[in-house]
Amino acid sequence: MSITLRNISKSYGPAKALNDISFNVEQGELFGLIGPDGAGKTTLFRILTTLLIQEEGEATVAGYDVITDYKAIRNHVGYMPGKFSLYQDLTVEENLNFFATIFDTTIDENYDLIKDIYVQIEPFKNRKAGKLSGGMKQKLALSCALIHKPKVLFLDEPTTGVDPVSRKEFWEMLKRLQQKNITILVSTPYMDEAELCDRIALITDGQILEINTPHSIIDAFPKKIYNVRASETYRLIQDLESYPNTHSAYPFGEYVHFTSRHSNFSPEDLMTFLKGKQHTGIEIFETIPTIEDTFMELSNTNTLATNA
Amino acid sequence: MNIIKYIIQKEFRQIFRNKAMLPIIFVMPIIQLIILSNAATFEVKNIKFAYIDNDKTSFSRELVEKFDASNYFAVLTDFPSSKIATSAMLNGKVDVVLEIPPNFERNLLKEKKTDVSLTINAIDGAAAGVENVYANQIVKQFNKKAQVRLMQAGNEMKKLQTIETIPLFWYNETLNYKTFMVPGILVMLVTMITLFLSGMNIVREKEIGTLEQINVTPIKKHHFIIGKLFPFLVLGLVLLTVGLIIAKLLFNIPIVGSIGLLYLYTVVYILVVLGIGLFISNFTDTQQQAMFIAWFFMVIFILMSGLFTPIESMPKWAQVLTEFNPIKYFVQVMRMVMLKGAGFTDIYPQLIKTFAYAVLMNGLAVFSYKKVS
Repeated sequence: MSITLRNISKSYGPAKALNDISFNVEQGELFGLIGPDGAGKTTLFRILTTLLIQEEGEATVAGYDVITDYKAIRNHVGYMPGKFSLYQDLTVEENLNFFATIFDTTIDENYDLIKDIYVQIEPFKNRKAGKLSGGMKQKLALSCALIHKPKVLFLDEPTTGVDPVSRKEFWEMLKRLQQKNITILVSTPYMDEAELCDRIALITDGQILEINTPHSIIDAFPKKIYNVRASETYRLIQDLESYPNTHSAYPFGEYVHFTSRHSNFSPEDLMTFLKGKQHTGIEIFETIPTIEDTFMELSNTNTLATNA
Repeated sequence: MNIIKYIIQKEFRQIFRNKAMLPIIFVMPIIQLIILSNAATFEVKNIKFAYIDNDKTSFSRELVEKFDASNYFAVLTDFPSSKIATSAMLNGKVDVVLEIPPNFERNLLKEKKTDVSLTINAIDGAAAGVENVYANQIVKQFNKKAQVRLMQAGNEMKKLQTIETIPLFWYNETLNYKTFMVPGILVMLVTMITLFLSGMNIVREKEIGTLEQINVTPIKKHHFIIGKLFPFLVLGLVLLTVGLIIAKLLFNIPIVGSIGLLYLYTVVYILVVLGIGLFISNFTDTQQQAMFIAWFFMVIFILMSGLFTPIESMPKWAQVLTEFNPIKYFVQVMRMVMLKGAGFTDIYPQLIKTFAYAVLMNGLAVFSYKKVS
């Protein structure tokens, strides 16, 4: 077991940032924390990287307790914070050298681990980090987090603010790192990235909604889901909300995702309803649920449960 | 060791790469030293002086001429009445008014005694005191001359008995104000630069987020802190060197004592300042906060250091407070070593106190620096 959390809670004043979080991450697993901004992802990272002390519960990283063995953890983890935090006025090479030195190692010693990533930024090694593009900065930050050959890698929203091509490349890099038996805990607000993880935890308001493989999470989606489209999207959503059979309706790309309260729902019935509301260009067809649908469904029932 | 070396190297790189930093560190202090040393003087000169001569005799003219001959007084006008003189003083046109009464000469000759009135603008109390002394000296000189003349004219032969004081100004024979001020201003500059730079340095890493990145590494607290502060110690000493060279070449300030002793004390002193800077940065989150707190201490330290106003004339409680002012000790040592040629045993008390202060501040700073929030 590479990371374990048992009943972790942390609050900032009256606001509960984390509420009774428990899960395990296997050795060599690529584990995703999926949730919106403010869900508590960064707080969780800060506890696991020994920057913050939890109020309740216990956690271990690479077999070390985060409170009693925090020094050992610092030798074995790599952390890439959400905000780019390298020295902007030092060059690419100087940044990497700096982190290698404070981990008491050298670039050459662990070069094979970062090679794939570093070769892409090596042509710019004499450029100052502040002058790099977003994707390059991120590659440099990842190289710096890997330079001491960590057993566990923590990546806090590594792809936020990065273009789609660089995002795709980045996830390919993570997959390759996983082959080298590095455990990776990654957080992201992008649901499409969730499907690239081995297992994911859906988190919102400091609580875990669900932990499973992306496949099982999608398969467990309890309802049929329909893509609905009409020429006036905004009015469509409003009318769908007034439709008596509606369980949920929210925009999803160019469509509105719709689920019904009843299992014997017929799309024709909805079609008649929408036509009655003078909608034109109506399209209704069944589609496969995504992680995002599950997330919306779970966080909906969760709020209902807390409010009740 | 390797880690400390690399951090030091990194800090110097960052300092020299920052285009605004070098002028801030070197050019600004030099300009300040030159301007302040020339401008910050308590010498009272060119006093705006006016007189009302109600007597208009050779005696009264002689008295006015004596004022005119003095370097300190710039004789402006002769007012016909004290009313006009008063309004001129109200307008700030004159600062000192001498009124010679009618029958000045006659009274002096007949009764061997007369009065003159001296009105001084005392808004600046210190300057007014000095002006009073200058005016009295001139009247005294006039008195002496008048006595001689009276004796010649008088019937009774009386032997003149006068006691004259001849002052000897030690350590600053010509009463050159710059000799007094330059060492003090140098202290101020060394303190300001090292305090501000060290106070803001670690906060800056907090602001850009690199501190968090460093905190998750196994780096030792003292390695990091030593690596961070050492460059500022070096900068402080470089600044002192530049300042001393300017003091010698430009102001011709005597450096009587041992330069080595001066540097030894400065090293200990800069450690105190760096400790304070580090302590400030541990309790602030932005460079702006750090700057304001550093300024707060800086202003108190400077004004209570004996640099501009003597500590002896402060109220008792303030004098006790100055015991905790590191700048006070540095100003004392600087003046003692440079001007008096004080040796190790002379500055021993200051050295010990400063050293204790350094241990205390750096201890507090290291203790309060937390890698975990």
